[in-house]
Amino acid sequence: MKNWLKIVAVALLFYVHIAGILFAVPRLNILNETIRALYFHVPMWFGMVLLFLLSVYYSIRYLRNPLPQHDYRAVEYANVGLVFGILGMLTGMLWANFAWGSPWHGDPKQNGAAIALLVYLAYFVLRGSVENEEQRGRLSAVYNIFAFAAMVPLIFIIPRMTSSMHPGSGGNPGFNMYDLDSRMRLVFYPAVVGWFLVGVWIVSLRVKVRTLEEEILEIEHGKIH
Amino acid sequence: MERFTKNVLCCILLLISASAKAQSQVEMADGMRAEGKIYVVVAIILIILTGFILYLAILDRKVKKLENLLTDKNRPGK
Repeated sequence: MKNWLKIVAVALLFYVHIAGILFAVPRLNILNETIRALYFHVPMWFGMVLLFLLSVYYSIRYLRNPLPQHDYRAVEYANVGLVFGILGMLTGMLWANFAWGSPWHGDPKQNGAAIALLVYLAYFVLRGSVENEEQRGRLSAVYNIFAFAAMVPLIFIIPRMTSSMHPGSGGNPGFNMYDLDSRMRLVFYPAVVGWFLVGVWIVSLRVKVRTLEEEILEIEHGKIH
Repeated sequence: MERFTKNVLCCILLLISASAKAQSQVEMADGMRAEGKIYVVVAIILIILTGFILYLAILDRKVKKLENLLTDKNRPGK
């Protein structure tokens, strides 16, 4: 990852953490100041979806051309994406406890997100259960495509078709309800970009470590024989 | 006629002030902002963010060093 991108990510996050607390937000009943949680909770999910999208991209590239590098990238993007998803889930539960009355409401969006996270957890279980490297790469790449295809309706489509308390589903408006004057967009979108870039940064480090690990193993292997 | 306009004007003004009052009635942390305590919160968040980013940057440098180490020493076939 380029150094200037890291600087952009850090600058955006600093801006978001200051503006997210200090800038004016719409005054709404029930939500009150917790509306600011949107700046931190929702970017986790946006970041997760973007990271999973990149993971699928590298899985497809791996299937077209089975280079280990593509496989490493697919795994690490899914890995960091999952961390973002878990953070999104925890922050969402805390927020729901305040705004809806309890941390788990069986809300369609909440259930869908939980199922999507489990589907992605199974991706790592699958990887751990196959010994052969090429087989593992191919199987998990195919699974990853299905996992992404399952996640999209679980998070974006089904919650919109039923009644849900979550904004942006079941006839509830998304951000339109909040940002009558688009004030919130000015903080929200930089937050998404900033967190996503930090996610990519962590992925790049994890891919490097994994590559080094493989190279060391190769050297060790050469010494034995 | 003058009385009627006065009444209408009075009603409109009442409505405006009522809606303005309803808006400011939503409970927000205005007191915290007025006292400037909100800056304490911002400072605390920024300390954690700075620490987190610094840690990530140090980790980045470490991995880069490790990479260089392996490039210099007996890398097979490269």
